Amino acid sequence: MENEYYVCTGCGLLCDDIEVELEDGKVSKVNNACLKGVARLKECNRPAECRIDGAPASLEDAIIEAARILKEADSPVLFGMGNSTSQAQKNAIEVAKRTGAYFDDTSSFCQGPVVEAILENKIRTCTLDEVKDKADVIVYWGADPSNSHPRHLSKYTYFPRGKERQRGWEEDRTAICIDVRKSDTATICGDKFYQIPPQADEELLNALANGLSGKVPKVSFGMGPKKILELANMLKKAEFGVICVGLGLVYSLEEIEPLVRLMDKLNEVSNFHLIPMVGQYNMRGSNHNLHEETGYINRVKFTGNDVEHGAHCSVVELLRARTVDAALIIGSDPMSSLPGSIAKELLDISVITIDPCNTLTSRKAKVSIPAATAGSECGGTAVRMDGVEVEFKAMTETDRMCDAEILERIMGEL
Amino acid sequence: MTNALEIYQLLPKTNCKQCGKATCMAFAAALLSREVVVDDCPPLKEDKFKENYEKLSEIITPAGEASESGMIVHTEKCIGCGNCVVACPVNVAEDPYGAGSGNAPTSDNVILRVEDGVVRLSNVSQCRRFGKNKILCNGCIVTCPTKAIEFV
Repeated sequence: MENEYYVCTGCGLLCDDIEVELEDGKVSKVNNACLKGVARLKECNRPAECRIDGAPASLEDAIIEAARILKEADSPVLFGMGNSTSQAQKNAIEVAKRTGAYFDDTSSFCQGPVVEAILENKIRTCTLDEVKDKADVIVYWGADPSNSHPRHLSKYTYFPRGKERQRGWEEDRTAICIDVRKSDTATICGDKFYQIPPQADEELLNALANGLSGKVPKVSFGMGPKKILELANMLKKAEFGVICVGLGLVYSLEEIEPLVRLMDKLNEVSNFHLIPMVGQYNMRGSNHNLHEETGYINRVKFTGNDVEHGAHCSVVELLRARTVDAALIIGSDPMSSLPGSIAKELLDISVITIDPCNTLTSRKAKVSIPAATAGSECGGTAVRMDGVEVEFKAMTETDRMCDAEILERIMGEL
Repeated sequence: MTNALEIYQLLPKTNCKQCGKATCMAFAAALLSREVVVDDCPPLKEDKFKENYEKLSEIITPAGEASESGMIVHTEKCIGCGNCVVACPVNVAEDPYGAGSGNAPTSDNVILRVEDGVVRLSNVSQCRRFGKNKILCNGCIVTCPTKAIEFV
């Protein structure tokens, strides 16, 4: 069978073996992708409309109005980026520079700290292809890929045969799950599931580091030293280990140091790597692009040639402190994802959205600009969760503009 | 997956023989292998067993959905993760570099593949659970995170 394969932009995994069937210029069937991918690649149920103040408008007017809002705002913020192509992100950075805006992406309340540590070479990482070919011990910590990245286990980590893992999951690989609840992934891991209470991740990280250095590991919750040592030994014996860090672990750590310490310790006695379970398909790309430009991965403010960085530049703090008076939101729905008390601040400022779908944020926005869906209607590049750049092409033709192009037009108007 | 005892608990347990089976336990076993349907038990349709009847109808999916190898895919539970596609020993043997390596199937001989986000069965006769000399392979059952695959 000779098939043309496409890339799925449903999540940070960017599966590159998707087959599609077209009907009347629309995607009618998506094969090999999970439900999440199918939902993303088929047309959205409610496509976004081009609107200004709730009334239908032409794309031209919407772009001019968006540029006007950004130009007249005292301190605008650009936010989103997780569902944008790398080119759109680069264009957005240019717009932020031109307007002296704050710039933040979803990683500031997601995998930001982990990606930052990886880009600063504090943590050893590897690619998913290496995991497929070599990994024998796979740890999911605070992650439930069966729900967040359905094909993570089947395409790269646990089930597939790889170059040095020819005998498959039953004999060649061990999957371990550490989580606060028995998730779907934990069910697959069977007796290699270690349940911990919420907020106990740091304690277990330290206990494991102790166990690896030959001390008796102790924790305050009901996990005996024997069980922790059993886990530590499994990690120690790994030929090629990988820890897939989910939001459960990131959220429970005040700072990333305990994780870095454990990774260092693991690499003294064994061979371990770390991959962040990035949710949106190009959130890591946004981190990479901004890092290249400014040396920071998120939460910055451009003023002239200077770049300010800090927790106060994160979208949550900006909205809470009411620092910003306008927001350009690209491919994100903060009105639904941020806590209610913070999200409601968006109602008081001028919001511009660029999104393929009709979201809560785009319905409440002053200007809503529809964009083509990256992955199905327009091509580009994106960075997979393990840092590999993936190029993808469009499946169908559309008269809607890509987000990169819209941002370029806004830049032109500025 | 349900077992015969679980089904038995929901039956009237009177051994009335109206269904043609000697005991309620025998009926439960027959129900599990889909030889009979829930409606074959007359007392179950009485008002006092209404709750049990509804529960049983929910548990026992009609055999019409099952393939010749006895496989039932609960499409409403399947998330299309493809674990079964990659783990299935027949898929691995037929297509080691495609399905067996986690990629899109490249052979027409695979028995499981994901279409439109849900797993689909083809070439049923190749399944290890097919025919008289079947082995009770459970590669696709134990790897399913949502328990969407069942054999009867």
